[in-house]
Amino acid sequence: MDILIQVIVTGLATGGVYGLIALGFVLIYKATSVLNLAMGEFMTLGAFVCLTALLQLKAPFYLAFILTLLMACALGFVIERLILRPLIGEPIISVIMVTIGLGLILKGLMYMIWTPSFRTFPEIFPPKPLLLGFAVVPSGLLWGFIFAIIGTIIFLLIFKFSRTGIAMRATANDQQAALSMGISVRWVFALAWCFGAMASVIGGIVIGNISGISVYMGDIGLKVLAVIILGGLDSIGGAILGGFIIGILENLTGLYIDPLIGGGAKGMAPFIILVIILMVRPYGLFGKELIERV
Amino acid sequence: MRCGDFKETYIKDEEIFQSLFVKFCLGLFFIFLIIFPFVTSAYLVYVANMIGFSIIAAVGLNLLTGFTGQISLGHAAFVGVGAYTSAILVTRLGFSFWLSIPFAGLIAAFAGMIIGIPSLRVKGLYLCIATLAAQFIFEFVFIHWESMTKGITGINIPAPSIGSLQFVTEKEFYWITLFFVVLGVGYARNLVRSRMGRAFVAIRDRDLSAEIIGINLFRYKLSAFAISSFYAGVAGALWVTFLKVVTPDHFPFMLSIQYLAMIIVGGLGSTLGSIFGAIFITLAPELLNYLSEVVKAYAPGHEEIFVPMKEVVFGLLIVLFLIFEPRGLAEIWNRIKNFFRLWPFSY
Repeated sequence: MDILIQVIVTGLATGGVYGLIALGFVLIYKATSVLNLAMGEFMTLGAFVCLTALLQLKAPFYLAFILTLLMACALGFVIERLILRPLIGEPIISVIMVTIGLGLILKGLMYMIWTPSFRTFPEIFPPKPLLLGFAVVPSGLLWGFIFAIIGTIIFLLIFKFSRTGIAMRATANDQQAALSMGISVRWVFALAWCFGAMASVIGGIVIGNISGISVYMGDIGLKVLAVIILGGLDSIGGAILGGFIIGILENLTGLYIDPLIGGGAKGMAPFIILVIILMVRPYGLFGKELIERV
Repeated sequence: MRCGDFKETYIKDEEIFQSLFVKFCLGLFFIFLIIFPFVTSAYLVYVANMIGFSIIAAVGLNLLTGFTGQISLGHAAFVGVGAYTSAILVTRLGFSFWLSIPFAGLIAAFAGMIIGIPSLRVKGLYLCIATLAAQFIFEFVFIHWESMTKGITGINIPAPSIGSLQFVTEKEFYWITLFFVVLGVGYARNLVRSRMGRAFVAIRDRDLSAEIIGINLFRYKLSAFAISSFYAGVAGALWVTFLKVVTPDHFPFMLSIQYLAMIIVGGLGSTLGSIFGAIFITLAPELLNYLSEVVKAYAPGHEEIFVPMKEVVFGLLIVLFLIFEPRGLAEIWNRIKNFFRLWPFSY
């Protein structure tokens, strides 16, 4: 029983991080209807930039963190302007493939700059694990969870109350109407990319802290697809809840199914769940349901 | 448009060879293909074989993605299914290579149909994610179903033969590849001008309208998945027989992206485009290898930069083609052809 609770707590903590990355996907999808498959590479890049700032520039963590966020912001703007804007109105395959191409470029460049070797973060957070009485949360996961939750809340508040956030929601709801109300849809698109990139680099830093960084860390970005499909592609709340559910399910699979088939099931679980959701309820828990019948 | 080139019937308009000159050029090209292995090095014939397998798979993917508009991020998985089917049939059940090829195609087609079933319910983005999941699930199965696939150690495959004739070296295998490429391309080229091909295009352009004018979406979408996967299966079976070994590493997600890159660079919805794309994308890494050899000779120690270069080049190709030439090499080819056809009075 103890181990079950322990696994669930670990799952919850991992899920928080998944939720944050999923938020990055959803922010971009909601405003621009683009599913950014290069998200995992954004994450890795964020982690690498933060690590370099910490080790090479000897910056304190908060400075490195701010620097990384600025980098993400710039990256989001540049990518939206150079790559995504020419493709507005193109068929969906072009848009998806362009983000895959972008991911490949980023991955290759990171490989050139940082080499494929595996690195670990210096200790940023106090290493003491949290003892809950019935379970132990390792420090990395705990702080990751806290970061993820704070990040999510900040994004939610921006979305809910700030002028920009309202403009973004308006655009997501109806582009034509938003345009006629004087909202600059271009600006909103750029901002969405910038926010999405920021959410994913925070996720990258957190994951880098927990399990170390390598060029191949970006594969987690594909796992997070299960989270957003479960939550609904355009639902922020769904992304967070989906994160927790997938986090827990993944860890439970690791506990119960892995011994049966000899390993590997944990990494596979999100994809199996993904297929099941797509078969049963493709718009997810809270996604907008589009009915199309002939 | 050429002067005086009037088509009076639809049959004439749909003809594959529009003029005698085209037939003549194609004939010349065939003669070149037949002479090719006799006059070049083993390495070039090896590359030609790889291009051949890519062409078969890319033509298949183009039928699904370019003509029917169903995005598949899991094409490599079907290539893998075909490859393993052929390998297992030949090594376990003692099938001959020739008989294992159609079976490889059929089993892959079956797998493709299973993945295609959700395509009726989900489309666009969702289908793309579903096929992505399929890719990872198949990869997992290849690695972990050890009793069947022998896991990461892989299966060794004997060389094919007819009677006493063995197909061991690159040059000998070239004939098998050439045969299947011609068969595959010819079938695809004819398919797209048949009733089924027109139905595919109608589904791509607007699936609801297609259904309304009486095209059975379920049937045609599944057929597209089946045919496309059949091609993939055959390509996979040929490829691993050529390599004489099959391991799960042969079919990563990256390979699926490569096939998509081929049809995007070549031109979506164009059989000729898939061929151009397959040649281009297969040659690109070979060229990089060559460059890295050159760099190694002149500036040793710097050749490592070429390892990740492959991904950067693929990424750049995909992005640049999508932004600047979304209709691909096939369109560029047409433009060049038209320029010379009308030259010097292009108005």
